[in-house]
Amino acid sequence: MDSMLDDSNEQRSVHTSASSDWIKPLYTEHQKRTRRRTTAVFVVRTVLLILFIGLWEAAGRNKWIDPLLFSFPSRIMNLLGDMVRDGTIWSHVGMTVGETIGGFILGTALGTLIAALLWLFPFVSRVLDPYLVVLNSMPKVALGPIFIVVLGPGFLSIVVTTLSVTVIITTLNIYNQFREVEEGYIKVVRLFGASRLRTFWYVIVPASFPVIISTLKVNVGLSWVGVIVGEFLVAKLGLGYLIIYGFQVFNFTLVLASLFVIAIVATIMYQLVSILEHRLTGRRRER
Amino acid sequence: MPELEKLQLRNVSHVYVNDHGASLAVDSIDLTIRAGEFVSFVGPSGCGKTTLLHLIAGLLKPARGSVLIDGKPVSEPSTAVGYMLQQDYLFPWRTIRENAELGLKISGRLTKEGAARVHGLLEELELGGTEDRYPHELSGGMRQRVALARTLATEPEMMLLDEPFSALDMHIKLQLEDLVWQTIRRRGQTAILVTHDLAEAAAMSDRVIVLGRNPGHIRLTVESPEQLRSIPPMETRRHADFQAVFERLWSELDHEEQLTSELEERGGQHA
Repeated sequence: MDSMLDDSNEQRSVHTSASSDWIKPLYTEHQKRTRRRTTAVFVVRTVLLILFIGLWEAAGRNKWIDPLLFSFPSRIMNLLGDMVRDGTIWSHVGMTVGETIGGFILGTALGTLIAALLWLFPFVSRVLDPYLVVLNSMPKVALGPIFIVVLGPGFLSIVVTTLSVTVIITTLNIYNQFREVEEGYIKVVRLFGASRLRTFWYVIVPASFPVIISTLKVNVGLSWVGVIVGEFLVAKLGLGYLIIYGFQVFNFTLVLASLFVIAIVATIMYQLVSILEHRLTGRRRER
Repeated sequence: MPELEKLQLRNVSHVYVNDHGASLAVDSIDLTIRAGEFVSFVGPSGCGKTTLLHLIAGLLKPARGSVLIDGKPVSEPSTAVGYMLQQDYLFPWRTIRENAELGLKISGRLTKEGAARVHGLLEELELGGTEDRYPHELSGGMRQRVALARTLATEPEMMLLDEPFSALDMHIKLQLEDLVWQTIRRRGQTAILVTHDLAEAAAMSDRVIVLGRNPGHIRLTVESPEQLRSIPPMETRRHADFQAVFERLWSELDHEEQLTSELEERGGQHA
């Protein structure tokens, strides 16, 4: 290998091989302990879930709680089964998922773009700073009604409502990350005569890439909030619409069924983004 | 022979200005470095060593005076001057080859010949076979050698070394000193080394410039004896005449330290 490296290891561990029999059982023991702990966690988790569903079911059937308000699991599952069988569920799921994906991809892209402009033009960043702070602390979904009037009730205003939730926070997170890139890396490219734009491409973006990707993950959650609120306001289709409709006709089984579907789809989406994150950033490691 | 003057500092002063005020970092520096010369800057912290290096690299503009390389004023960083930092700052998302090619890529000179030269450089620096690996897979000494390859790839005529060995283990540091010295000599480059380590300065350079602080100024210059200049640092350290040079530097810096602490004490009494 390398003459400059493999020094110093010459007289290492001469007598480990002689009596290392007692070392291996320690490892086996450790493995066993880990496995036992993992099994225990899984069992307790499952029991908790079964208890919760069982209690809910029993409470609903025996009228310990008002089944009209809280429904119970088998009723919810029956309703879902019907909706799957007659196919009405899919258009709702498709609509909402489409809006969410559109919202979080656009939100991340737009937020990153604004963050880039702030980094490239420090003057702009100083000018905009207080406005960003105000916008960030304001509940922007409150702008929903305005979007609906301007953009019309439908897909577009729902996506824009979603953007209002995601863009500012994305901008702030990514811009802060841009500024935290170590000065030394910037110095390296500046010494090669790189302009600010080139510095941005060669250093700032790749160094912040993991954060941009993990922002994607945060934005999945935020986008769901935006989409559901947007659908509350205008939609004729979508899971948020189902919730508000269920509420209006006092069908809480429908409300809870929609919530259940949202939970599943949101988890799947989050996991997909996690896998994507792992794919894109798995190979790199910091020093 | 004016064509041999690689670098000239003419009455250079630099002032750092920020919200708290303006402070004079280096004051009226006059210095000429010949082509192919190896010069070290030593001195206590706050003597403006790194500021001088930044001025020469074009990262800073002098508040007064001028910095000339080959008779032309330096206005911005260029690939004609190579700069090695204390840390390697290899980009963790780039392979070793891509890291070494960075300077060529940024200056738009990554041709086939450029890539071949980088390959040759990595071989020369005993990094062959690591091209497709990532920085985190390499040891500290290897990484600093990649940083050296990155600096050499753009074929600078002048090398600025900003404490590049100070973060390394002793034996790796000594080996790297030799390697850097030899690569620089082979290419006939002019070099300036900034260091805290007096022995390193004495072993590597033809001329050691001792700087004083508050504000930074040149206190004196110690020339290395002829017989030490042509041999690599490791040999120099073992040479009979080395100790004398080292002790001369040591006493000068010691003197400087005492002077400053006395001044500070006196200042304290007055205040």
